[in-house]
Amino acid sequence: MSTTLLVAEHDGAQLNQSTARALTGLAPLGDVDIIVFAENGSAVCAEAAALAGVGQVLQVDSPDNSHQLAAVVAPQIAAIAAPYSVIAMPSTTFGKDLAPRAAALLGVHQVSDVMEAIDAKNFRRPIYAGNVIVHENVEAFDKVVLTMRTASFQAAVAGSDAAPIVPTETTADLPDHTRFVKLEAQASERPDLQGAAWVVAGGRGVGSEENFAVIYDLADKLGAGCGASRAAVDAGYCPNDMQVGQTGKIIAPDVYIALGISGAIQHITGIKDAGTIIAVNKDEEAPIFDVADIGIVGDLFDLAPRIGAALGK
Amino acid sequence: MKIIACVKRVIDYNVRVQINRDGDGVVTDGVKMSMNPFDEIAVEEGLRLKEKGVATELIAVSIGGSESQQQLRTALAMGADRAILVENDAPLIPLGAAHILLRIIEKEQPGLVILGKQAIDDDRNQTGQMLAALWGRPQATFASALEINGEKASVTREIDAGMETIEVDLPAVVTTDLRLNEPRFVKMPDIMKAKRKTLDVIAAASLDLPSIPNVVTSNFSPPPTREAGIKVESVEQLVDVMKTRGLI
Ligand SMILES: Cc1cc2nc3c(=O)[nH]c(=O)nc-3n(C[C@H](O)[C@H](O)[C@H](O)COP(=O)(O)OP(=O)(O)OC[C@H]3O[C@@H](n4cnc5c(N)ncnc54)[C@H](O)[C@@H]3O)c2cc1C
Repeated sequence: MSTTLLVAEHDGAQLNQSTARALTGLAPLGDVDIIVFAENGSAVCAEAAALAGVGQVLQVDSPDNSHQLAAVVAPQIAAIAAPYSVIAMPSTTFGKDLAPRAAALLGVHQVSDVMEAIDAKNFRRPIYAGNVIVHENVEAFDKVVLTMRTASFQAAVAGSDAAPIVPTETTADLPDHTRFVKLEAQASERPDLQGAAWVVAGGRGVGSEENFAVIYDLADKLGAGCGASRAAVDAGYCPNDMQVGQTGKIIAPDVYIALGISGAIQHITGIKDAGTIIAVNKDEEAPIFDVADIGIVGDLFDLAPRIGAALGK
Repeated sequence: MKIIACVKRVIDYNVRVQINRDGDGVVTDGVKMSMNPFDEIAVEEGLRLKEKGVATELIAVSIGGSESQQQLRTALAMGADRAILVENDAPLIPLGAAHILLRIIEKEQPGLVILGKQAIDDDRNQTGQMLAALWGRPQATFASALEINGEKASVTREIDAGMETIEVDLPAVVTTDLRLNEPRFVKMPDIMKAKRKTLDVIAAASLDLPSIPNVVTSNFSPPPTREAGIKVESVEQLVDVMKTRGLI
């Protein structure tokens, strides 16, 4: 039996790619069981069961799990945790919210943002906005909760045989003190920022919400996801779910094109694992050029349409 | 209603952090220390709730060495009514911090506890959620808007999928995201006034805490660095380089 349990992230219909990435990061610990909390998790469970390296998939269907609130899911994790020595989640806002609540109910330590699982007691993780990497040894605990830094791992692929799906019930008292009201999501046809192979991102240099059309146009020509710096988000040029960086999303696309972004350390933290960074900035001294694989000094409003025309599909 | 805002002393966010010679920590000697930026937002939010008449008292609480009094004085200068330092020099994991904060809560009985969503030193993002779990109360993490309506709070959360709104019963724990508010600047006369406000110092050892094992953090090392690449002069040249690198 697996001794590692991974809590799936999903939207009720589909497994989020963060789950498959976290699964890859857990591979050094052997087979992993995946648990799906949902109202009706059949489709999500089938996706999870198809991934290589999965022992079994635990399907916990309940109307209580329709919004996967941390206060509701954490007691269920605690109730089912006994056979497992590692309980993991992706280090997305879903996992960051839930994992510490589960860890505290279990009275155990949590290792956040694991970038390498050496074994079940030893992990490597970033601190100080990724400027220092440390080794964390948790031998003093017989169980540990992890959040897995998804940008550090490729998504696991399908295995040869599907893992068994086991309908599971948990016996936990669930609180009603926390209620879901609504989710305002930007409807977008573009690839999801956290899973996109290519990402085009704009910063304060874009100058306005209207001007951000330049970023969206280029992204659409390249089939890319869209990102932004915090300065662009704070200025209201674009929605905050586009923020990349220490306090936004940590991403690892094959190609990242930054336009009008200076390259503050908190931004770079979010793109360190990108395959190729391309920077467009009119200031040749901009720190983004210290990390960019390919830089062009120039005006983004001039260059973005020309890059789109030259690379567009 | 009383509000507790939690405050951590950290290396200032503008400092370029250096690993020490033994590789078992970072250099703190002579380095500028500040209040964790997310905690400043927590204090500010508490002040705004007081100014709106929702809260009657704002208490700033920190855990740390006696130097953490500086950050509590900053919170007092911003407008907090009083402060509590739980003095602790031993290494502390978030689970331990949450147990300490729980003791303070049991004594003070606040209606709301506000913390930064993460401290920018160890970047763990755990203490608020752990505190909520131990306290058996709701958590609303990564808040970008907060409204108190009687015995309930409506909180907008910044999550990967967009903006989520949840409703929680009070008392509750809220953790702040950067866009919740912009903290006020502290004025000179307020710094003077803050010196006269109450700052209680309690020894962690006096709190009857459960024993919590520690984790060993070692091998502090720099991340793999990205080398500066090349600069190209034109879009045509960009395309050529991308072709040779197999990107297109
Ligand atoms: C606790 C904390 C957390 C943070 N978290 C994040 C985070 O998660 N993500 C993040 O991004 N930031 C974060 N920041 C903010 C960060 O420090 C920077 O302020 C921010 O990244 C700057 O954004 P920018 O590069 O868009 O803006 P600026 O630094 O203002 O840079 C704009 C750039 O655009 C260029 N430019 C202007 N016009 C043009 C043009 N026409 N053509 C080409 N180039 C042009 C300029 O030369 C300049 O380099 C955080 C800060 C703190 C304190």
